[in-house]
Formats: sequence, structure tokens, C-alpha cells
Amino acid sequence: MSTFFTILILFFVVTAIWQIVKIYDLTQVSTVAKDSSQIANDKDNKVNGYLMLGFLIFIYVITIICFIRYGDFPLMSNSASVHGSKIDDLMMVSMVLIFFVQTVTQFFLYYFAYKYKGQKGRKAFFYSDNHKLEFLWTIIPAIVLTVLITYGLLTWSDIMNVDQDEDPIVIELYAQQFNWKARYSGEDNALGKANVRLIDIDRANILGLDEFDPNAQDDIITTELHLPVGKPVLFKMRSQDVLHSAYMPHFRAQMNCVPGMITQFGFTPSVTTAEMRETPEMIEKILNINNIRAEKSKELQEKGEEVLDPYEFDYLLLCNKICGKSHYNMQMKIVVETQEEFDKWINQQTKFKNSLIAQK
Amino acid sequence: MSEYIEIDPNEDHGHHHKETFITKYIFSQDHKMIAKQYLITGVLFMGVIGILMSLLMRLQIAWPEEPNIIFEFFLGKWAPDGVMDADIYLALVTMHGTIMVFFVLTAGLSGTFSNLLIPLQLGARDMASGFLNMVSFWLFFLSTVIMVASIFVEAGPAAAGWTIYPPLSAVELAQGGSGLGMTLWLVSMAIFIASSLLGSLNYIVTVINLRTKGMTLTRMPLTIWAFFVTAIIGVISFPVLLSAALLLIMDRSFGTSFFLSDIFIQGEVLHYQGGSPVLFEHLFWFLGHPEVYIVLLPALGIASEVIATNSRKPIFGYKAMILSILAIAFLSTIVWGHHMFISGMNPFLGSVFTFTTLLIAIPSAVKAFNYITTLWKGNIQFNPAMLFSIGFVSTFITGGLTGIILGDSALDINLHDTYFVVAHFHLVMGISALYGLFSGVYHWFPMLFNRMLNKNLGYVHFWVTAICAYGVFFPMHFIGMAGLPRRYYTNSNFPLFDDLADTNKIITGFAIVGGLIQIVFLYNFIHSMFYGKKSPQNPWKSNTLEWTASMKHIHGNWKGKIPEVFRWPYDYSKPGYKEDFVPQIKPMKKDEIEY
Repeated sequence: MSTFFTILILFFVVTAIWQIVKIYDLTQVSTVAKDSSQIANDKDNKVNGYLMLGFLIFIYVITIICFIRYGDFPLMSNSASVHGSKIDDLMMVSMVLIFFVQTVTQFFLYYFAYKYKGQKGRKAFFYSDNHKLEFLWTIIPAIVLTVLITYGLLTWSDIMNVDQDEDPIVIELYAQQFNWKARYSGEDNALGKANVRLIDIDRANILGLDEFDPNAQDDIITTELHLPVGKPVLFKMRSQDVLHSAYMPHFRAQMNCVPGMITQFGFTPSVTTAEMRETPEMIEKILNINNIRAEKSKELQEKGEEVLDPYEFDYLLLCNKICGKSHYNMQMKIVVETQEEFDKWINQQTKFKNSLIAQK
Repeated sequence: MSEYIEIDPNEDHGHHHKETFITKYIFSQDHKMIAKQYLITGVLFMGVIGILMSLLMRLQIAWPEEPNIIFEFFLGKWAPDGVMDADIYLALVTMHGTIMVFFVLTAGLSGTFSNLLIPLQLGARDMASGFLNMVSFWLFFLSTVIMVASIFVEAGPAAAGWTIYPPLSAVELAQGGSGLGMTLWLVSMAIFIASSLLGSLNYIVTVINLRTKGMTLTRMPLTIWAFFVTAIIGVISFPVLLSAALLLIMDRSFGTSFFLSDIFIQGEVLHYQGGSPVLFEHLFWFLGHPEVYIVLLPALGIASEVIATNSRKPIFGYKAMILSILAIAFLSTIVWGHHMFISGMNPFLGSVFTFTTLLIAIPSAVKAFNYITTLWKGNIQFNPAMLFSIGFVSTFITGGLTGIILGDSALDINLHDTYFVVAHFHLVMGISALYGLFSGVYHWFPMLFNRMLNKNLGYVHFWVTAICAYGVFFPMHFIGMAGLPRRYYTNSNFPLFDDLADTNKIITGFAIVGGLIQIVFLYNFIHSMFYGKKSPQNPWKSNTLEWTASMKHIHGNWKGKIPEVFRWPYDYSKPGYKEDFVPQIKPMKKDEIEY
């Protein structure tokens, strides 16, 4: 039945358009009888010229609305890692630059389109080349981009070169369809060898660690990622099945997890979860989200369904590379805490050698 | 096969061959008919499917929980009780991308306009090889049939994203769509690439060999320059994708390990060892990035022609335009790594690719400024084609500028695979190339069907599309900057993103209107094809050669001799002439200076 209705509605829409065109054509015949050439005339030029100006205003308005509505840029302020603020600065510089260029060039494009709308009998200005101008708008972008490239590359190499002298904590991020595991390297700060071929589900060796590697004995496998604040962390990423991407937006960190290969990314968390929850921006954002959730809960309640829990902020690790059916729900909670809290937590976790189930 | 060999190209060789229905409309070797075949198969048919898929996705993103009767109608068993299945969402993502990028904007755009315009604007009777041209189209048609058929297989179509990264695309255990659906996808693409290569070779040979007397390289219209360079990039980069597809087929079906290693999935260890998915990413993007320019350059060419004609002014900086096309083409083959900054490749490589990527901004800026200067002091005729070309320049700027952010490896860390990327590439290559395509259809419809499109419907089509395009993709940047990853079936598992739900609804609203307004275009197209007003010779008062050819399609294009060319194609409003256009076939006056 629904199929029938859909087809019916589509049929009516098409008929309506056809009728409107017919009526339009008929009115055209009675008023401007002669011009049916389908080539733009002075009236078309005038109307479209003004519409060009209108569209320029539309672009500006939509830009302003977007800035007001979403101007808090969660990814440009409030970074929770040391290198994050450098990325945010670079982002700010680039944004200011592109919005300046966008505003100016769109203005000239649409303003010229409006200003020089065609009129019968007028002749355009024959102007085919000007080497000075060409040179100018080759060299200016070149200079600006040189600055931007240099700035970007310095930031990039700064982030990607992990300083081993700082003695970072080594943590493995392990991806599988569709969840994350973290493996801490324990007191020796060295991860034990591992390979998917050593996975033994019956013995609870889910990450395929080498049981006989001394480094593996004190490794700790968890389903939540805890990080001590202010301490450099070096993540080693591994995947057991398909490509995944470890995306930690608040820390401005992301790296793909590639089966058969170990990738890495390092950063230093700078704001604890508790501190982040107290920042004014975050309080405002969470309040807003909880209002939305409360409203939605009301609707759900009326339908007799379960209501939504109020939301409390937590850092997240998301999967950001298409990985299959439940890609949209592959996440892990990240907790940044003080060294004491971290030590307390890690001491409660089970070491690898103690987690193995003895062979029968 | 080649009637031309025994015929002097300057002679009219009897334009009334006895043609049967089959040789005229189906297995035609005439470039104009093949252009129409590409337009109808590639753009109209596949375009409708591609846009419909995007609307289904947008509906799902905006109202993820609510059952929708539309899903049930279109998706059948994939939407039991109107709730979309998560697997089919990814399949829609994949097929929408594949269809729009390859079928609509590569084959549809290049296939239509390269075929139509290269012989006509160069003064050739037909393509260098009419037979290869026919084979090229029918291979394309075959690949279309296979791709469409793959949508209906039992376990679902390919669903690993249009980039089909292994292991997701290689291992059937990873995803339902990686079975027969993916096999058909790969077979279809292999045939598609063969078609594209035959087409490109034909274009290159025609441009080099079949220019009429006087048509030097620096007198060629910018459209031809763009098609020519596009074909060269295609010939350089498409074979690499073919090799990647063949290696992937081997990994899937014959147990090799080119792209796979150390995989444990659903409780079993697979035998693969020693391969690397990163290798596939390199091979894929070695085509994938030039592909962006294969899509974009023809649109740039069309816009150059349409803007100059309708501004009644020469295109500003003709030689700079050619140089910037060449520069973009060259750079496009050495920037593929900017899709892979965080793929796990050496960060030093990331630095190199950042450098080359941002360099593309320079020739692109030159082009944008030249277009704007062309409008300056013009006498702009707002035909629908002109509106789309101006819209093209606008989205090319808006979308191109965000490329400066994404091309910067340090910034890409955080924006990679978020909606910021989706907004960026849809504006700069999707919408821009579509505008180029529409512009071309409105401009050359008289050449294709000897009838005019209705201009008022064209105006409605443009303005609604333009508003919707910005309405959809402008706010999307901001969703991306809030950290929302793309390709998520629903965002409701992340309360963090709850405040973006409203924006997603607004975007979907714009998308639905923007999608449905294309019906106006379809109606206009089909109606005008049969009942449109007859076109006069040269309706837009253009200088280029195609408007001197017979408007009624005849085999061989010109009755009598092929015209000779005496000047560049952009002598609009040249001082010393009464008319505001001087066709290329008009001899130069004594001591007249060429541009």
C-alpha cells in the first residue's frame, strides 16, 4: 500500500511541475509574445544579477550563523594535551587566513557578476592578459603558502618525533571488531612480544602475548584507558583484524591501527578528566547536551520507552576508520587522573601472568 | 570499421550513410551519439541512483531511531519494519561514493563532453578511432550493469567504503558485503578502467593528430586543453588502480598476501603473512588523488569556455590558464600521500606530501583570480550555463580553501575522516564538478539535441541547487570541527555529539530539497529533448568551431570542407569589430594582432 502511495505522490509531483511549466509558458505568450528564444535577455540578466548579489549575502549570512551557533569549536579550544595547543594555534592561523580569502574572493566574484550584468548594446572591455597581475597573484599565494607550509611542517615534526629521553610510559592500543583494549607495559616499561597467531581464547590470552617472554609477565590488559596527567605517553597501536583508527579528539591525536604492523603516536595529557569537567566551556556544553537529552527523554517516556541517562563528560577513544557493521559504536573511555590515582588504579589490575587460565 | 581511412579528410564524404537502427543508436561509432549514450547512462541513470542513495543516508543520519516507510520501500529486506540495517548503511556509503566519483563524474562528465567536443572544437570529422570509442562505451555500459547488479546480491553490495581498504574488503568474515558484492565491484571497476583507458587514448590521439588547419595548440579552446590533460592523467594513474584491483582479487580468491598479514578474525587465524594494507592505500591513492582532478579539470575547462562566452570577454590570461592546468596535473600525481598522513607511514613522507599538496593552491588560486577578472567589465549574459559556471567558481573557492587545512599534516591528525573532510571534498569536487557538468549540459544541449532547454526551469534549478548545496555542506564543516567521525550509522551512542543532532536535521532538510529539485532538471531535459524549441545555429554567439558544424547531426560533422582556423577562440568584444564575437574561422585582418 505504501509503495502505491509513494508512486502516486511522485506522479502528482511530476504532474504539478508539468502543469506549472505549462501555465508559466502560457502567461509568457500573452505578455512577452515574441521572446521565446530560451536565450537570456535583459530582463533575465537583471533578475539574475540581483540574485547574484542576494546569494553573496546568503553566503555571508550562513557563515555568520554558523560561527555564532558553532563558534565554540570544540576542536580548536580546550585541548587536553601539551601538543594540542600548538595544533589549535596553527588551526586558528589557517582559519583566519581562509576566511579572509573566502570573504574577499566571493565578494568580487558575485559583485562583478552583479555589476556587469549584461545589457543589450553594451560591449565588454577587451582585456585578455596582464603579466603583472598574473605575476602578482602567483607570487602572493606562493609567499603565504611558504609561511604556512613551514609553520605546519615544524608543528608536524614536533608532534610526530617522540622524544625517547623523556622516558614515556609505553601503552599498547589494541583494536578488534568492535572494541578496544589497552595493554600497559608494567614496571619494566617494556611490552612483551605478541602476535595474533599466539591468541588462545581458552587460556584467556586474548591479545596473543608470548607467554615465555619475560617482558610480557607484568603486562596489564584493560578495557579502560587511564593516563597520569603531565606524563608523556607513547602509544603502540595494533589491530587483529581490519584497519581501525584510534581517534582521541580531545588530545588532538589519531593514528591508524594496521594488521601486521605496529604504528605509534605519542602525547602528554595536560588536563585531568575532573579538571576538564570544571572548565566553563565544558560545563556549558554538557548543560546544553543534558537539556537536549531531557527533552528527548520526555518524548520517550510518553511512548513508554526507557529514558536517557544524564550525561557526564569523559574523554573518548573512537574508531575513525570504517571497520564493519558496528563501526559506529567502537569506543573506549579515557580517564586522565593524577599520578596517585593512576598508581592506585593500576595496582588493582591483574598482571598478564596471573590472568592466564591454567591448561587442563 | 574505419570508413575514414580511404577518404580524404577534407572532402565531404557523403554524410548520409545507410544506417540501420542498431548502427545508429546502439552500436554507433559516431562521437556525438556516443556522447549522448554516456550522458544518459552515466549522468542521468547513475546520477539518479547516486543521489537517491545519498538521500537515504541523510534520512538515516537525521532520524536514526525512527522507522521510516521510505527505507522499507527502497531497501526491502535491509530495512525490516522500516529500520535501516547497519550493514546496508555502509553499503550505501560505498555505492554512493563509487557511483558518483567513477560513473557520474568520471565517465559521465569526460565521456559526454570529451566525446562531443574534442572532434567538434578541433575540426575533426570524428574521433581518431570510432571503433575504439564504441568499444569504450560498451565496456562502460557493461561495468555499469555489473555495478548495478551488485546492489542486489544476497549478502549485500560492497560496503568497505569507496576506497575499499583491505582487510575489510578482502576478508569475507569481516563483513557481509565483502563476499560476492565486493567481487562484482572489483570486476566492474576492472572493466571500467579498461573502458576509461580506451577512451583516454582515443582523446589524446585525436587531440594530437586531428586538429584542423590553423588549429595550433595555443589556439585550442581551454575545454580541449582540460580534456586533453585529463586524459593524460587518466592514462598515467588508472592502470595503477587496475593493478591494485587485480592484486586484491588475488588476495581474495587465490590466497596470496599482497595486502594482508597477521589476521585473527571470528576465532580463527588466517594464513596471510607479510603483506601490508598500507601498500594498497598507496596504490589506491596513486589513482585516487589524480582522480579528483580527472573529475575537476573537465569542469574547469567547461567553466572557462562558458564564462568567456557569456561574459562576452576573452578568458583572462589564456596562457596562464593552460600553464595552471599543466601545473595542477603534474602536482596531482605527487600528492596522493595526503590521504595517508595517519596511516602509519613514515612521518617524514607526511612532510613531503604536505609540501607538494599545499603547492597546488598556487595554480588553483591563479585560476580562480583569472575567472574573476574575466567577469570584470564584462557584459554578462546570465544563461543557465553561466549561472552554473559562476556557482562552480564559488564552490571551487569555498571547497578549495579548506583543502589548505586538510593538506596540512599537523591539522589533518585531528580532522582526518571527520565530517570536515566530507564537506571539503563534496564542495570542491562533488558540487563543483556537478556544476561543471550542468553548465556543460545547458551550454551544449543545442549541440546535442538541436533543441533549447527551458531557461526559466534552468534558473529555478540553479538557484535552489545553489542554496541547498551551501545549506548542506557549509554547516557540515562545523560538525566535523566538533569531532564527529564520518561513516557512522548513528551518533546516538555518543552523548558527546547529541548537540549536533539538530544541525544534522537541518542538513538533511537542505539535502532533500536539493535532491528533489533535480527532478526539475530531469523534466526539463527529457521534455526539451522532444518538445524543446528548435535551436538556431550558434545560439550563444560563441567563437568556437562546433557552432559552425551542422546542428542536425550528420556523420562527419561538417557539410563540405572542414573549416580552417585563423585565430584563438576568445576574440569576444574585440575592438575593430562590429559584432561582439569573432569566430575562429574568420581570417585575421591585415595587421590585426592575435590576443
